[in-house]
Amino acid sequence: MSAAVLDYSVAAILWVAIVVYAVLAGADFGGGVWDLFARGPRAQQQRAAVSRAMGPVWEANHVWLIFLITGLFTAFPAGFKALSLGLFVPFSLVLAGIILRGAAFAFRAHASGGRARQRFGLAFGVGSIITPFLLGACVGAVATGQAIQPAQTTEQLLLPWTTPFSLVCGALALAICAGLAAVYLTVETRSSGLPELAEDFRVRALAAGAATLVLAAVALPLASSTAPALWRGLIGRAAPVTALAAVLAVFAALSMLRRRFRAARAAAAGQVVCILLAWALAQVPQLVPPALTIEGSASPPEVMASLLVTYGVGAAVLLPSLGLLFYVFKGRNPAVL
Amino acid sequence: MGVSLGFHIVFASIGVGLPLLLLIVEGLWLRNRDPDWKLLARRWSKAFGILFAVGAVSGTVLSFELGLLWPGFMGYAGGIIGLPFSMEGFAFFVEAIFVGLYLYGWELLSPLAHWLCTIPLVISGAASAWFVVTANAWMNSPTGFRLDHGRVTDVHPLEAIFNPGTPIETTHVMISAYLVTGFAVAAIYAVGILRRRGGTVYRKGLLVGMLLGSICAPLQVITGDMNARWVADHQPAKLAAMEGQFRTESGAPLRIGGWPNLASRNTDFAIEIPAGLSFLAYGNFNAVVKGLDSFNPGSTPDPRPVHLAFDVMVGIGFLLLGLAAWFFWLLWRRRRVPEWPLLLRATAAAGVLGFVAVEAGWMVTEIGRQPWIIYGVVRTAAAITPAPGLLWSFWISTAIYVALGTTCAALLLRLAGATRSGLAEAPETEP
Ligand code: HDD
Ligand code: HEM
Ligand code: HEM
Repeated sequence: MSAAVLDYSVAAILWVAIVVYAVLAGADFGGGVWDLFARGPRAQQQRAAVSRAMGPVWEANHVWLIFLITGLFTAFPAGFKALSLGLFVPFSLVLAGIILRGAAFAFRAHASGGRARQRFGLAFGVGSIITPFLLGACVGAVATGQAIQPAQTTEQLLLPWTTPFSLVCGALALAICAGLAAVYLTVETRSSGLPELAEDFRVRALAAGAATLVLAAVALPLASSTAPALWRGLIGRAAPVTALAAVLAVFAALSMLRRRFRAARAAAAGQVVCILLAWALAQVPQLVPPALTIEGSASPPEVMASLLVTYGVGAAVLLPSLGLLFYVFKGRNPAVL
Repeated sequence: MGVSLGFHIVFASIGVGLPLLLLIVEGLWLRNRDPDWKLLARRWSKAFGILFAVGAVSGTVLSFELGLLWPGFMGYAGGIIGLPFSMEGFAFFVEAIFVGLYLYGWELLSPLAHWLCTIPLVISGAASAWFVVTANAWMNSPTGFRLDHGRVTDVHPLEAIFNPGTPIETTHVMISAYLVTGFAVAAIYAVGILRRRGGTVYRKGLLVGMLLGSICAPLQVITGDMNARWVADHQPAKLAAMEGQFRTESGAPLRIGGWPNLASRNTDFAIEIPAGLSFLAYGNFNAVVKGLDSFNPGSTPDPRPVHLAFDVMVGIGFLLLGLAAWFFWLLWRRRRVPEWPLLLRATAAAGVLGFVAVEAGWMVTEIGRQPWIIYGVVRTAAAITPAPGLLWSFWISTAIYVALGTTCAALLLRLAGATRSGLAEAPETEP
């Protein structure tokens, strides 16, 4: 295989990891959001539904992020270095969020007494909000080509991820995660025979969907003025995918209105895939725009080849295990899958 | 990074060791249906749930920190040594998946299927430790690439993984994980028995922990000795620092204790065993041992922490060995689990000392390698991030770890307390 094929194959696999992380772990973060904002007469049941859905799977979902990071520094060390330098502050805050969310969720399950549980619950919710928000802002910073400068002054530390575009991307990521979680939970609660809870989450899914649409409507014009390269890609090469994302968003909302939860779930997940695909298409061949390309920052071909072999062997172990996990916890009840 | 690693390694060691104990006790329960074994498995499974989550988040911090704190290191080494980290990623997947199945599957899976879940847990825990330590061994003996005018070329990732340091370092580390887990578990039940909360569960917990720890203790000392001889051949400056050896001499004595005095270039107050070091390191009483003074200034580590940490590790290694011998001698003589208060107190201390030894051992490896981050290739100073405010992030992360560590400990103590107060199964709300 030529070097370019190797480089793009690995990049594609890492992109898939981002997608899976967004679709699965994104919903776990969203679950934290709904835990924090659990309201109404069924607040406790809502929290319980979130815990039931997340408990067995969130650690496995989280590993996709690790997979992405290790893959990035093995395959594209120069890209990893540039991102670490340019996004030092948001990455550090993401870590704080990950610690807060993961530890608090595990601790809460074992805490005695309402007070301790409440405090862990708060930490869980806050961690679940800041992490996807900041990750979204980081994507925004990368897409606008501002993540590339090593941050050395205070201004450089803050700039790339606090532009209006990056902040909107962060909010968008948060809304998408919350929406995914609510949509998944409608399916799971209904199939466990809890129709009132399904209604609660249906309302939340619609609210999150509306927020997503509004934020997307803000993000696109902002992109055209502050991230012209990205914008050109989105309406050029990636136009069909961008359009498909919009169609799926509308379809998800309509299905939700008509209580066709499983259709809504498929459309919502598909929408996330399309958004990330549009971003990737708009940005290729850049890895960290504007200066680092995929080929330009790749490790030598020997490394890329051994990495692909590793991924192949690893997938043979991973996919059946993952299948088992989801079969046992999500698939026993046929309505859930 | 040092702080994060020092924190993570505690949870990682348990993450490697505890699945093996779960495999044993749940397997015993399946065989003879003695409810004590089931109770142990369920209790440990809860503790494992907490410990695994903390291990996972602290490990995530590490993988980011490699880039955040050491961009120079990763930019350089990522391509060469990233592969074991990527392989480790799959081990994490397997581990996290089967942790989910194990912790939440008590009611959903058949007893046999549930027990079978411990097997991938044992394998993936050991594998993740193995992979990450190959990376550390590579930092000690970098191979698998060529330097061409400062550019890395000719990379052979497999050669980097199987570098000369790998076999011995991975063995020593993996055994240490089982060792500390065994003694930690034994310590918990020793404390329980000391507080007169007897009962068969306690004796069983003590016995299983002691068995695992005691099998590992001699292996740990033996592999440690091999490790030291490897260091003597490959990193003479580290050996000199470990042993407080300032001058090059033949028939060098083994120095136990003492404090390396930088001004007088001598290790004061040490107990010296004549020619002991020459013999241990090279198998010959007259062998020449290089001293720190024979290296260029600025290319040796500070011997004070290294020597101290080394003596702590080795001292604890022999203490644990002695404890294991004592316990099993009594067990053999009396044909029942010994409950002497003195022995139980020593066991309780051993639970903590094991972790102290692990931390000390990593101090030896990491500080002993200085000033290099990749031995002989990249200096630490060249690899650190230029981002300002590092001190801030250091203190903040330390504070976070302290909070996380104390909360975790408090919850675990509560779990231990629950075992004490209600030996019957408490209502299982959530795992
Ligand atoms: C329970 C823990 C424990 C115990 C009892 C011992 N060790 Fe150890 N040792 C470790 C846990 C450890 C470790 C934490 O696992 C290290 C750190 C890095 C490594 O490779 O393993 C280590 C490193 C380490 C090194 C440095 C290797 C290097 O820099 O490449 C040497 C020379 C020894 N050990 C030697 C010994 C000896 C002679 C022991 C005899 C009693 C001993 N260790 C007991
Ligand atoms: C693959 C594994 C590891 C990598 C890549 C790694 C990397 C590094 C790096 C880059 C440094 C910087 C040197 C310095 O601060 O002076 C360092 C130092 C250090 N590491 Fe490691 N390390 C690894 C394993 C460990 C583990 C498991 C521990 C401990 C439990 C550890 C403990 C330390 C300590 C205490 C220092 C500080 C040394 C000093 O201040 O001089 N390391 N390590
Ligand atoms: C630079 C050094 C290290 C890095 C980057 C690192 C990275 C990680 C990461 C990302 C996880 C989370 C996996 C999950 O979500 O399940 C993790 C967990 C784990 N790590 Fe490390 N690690 C390092 C050092 C070590 C060392 C030295 C050991 C071995 C003794 C080790 C053994 C483990 C184990 C067994 C787990 C499973 C989680 C648990 O049971 O607590 N790691 N590590």
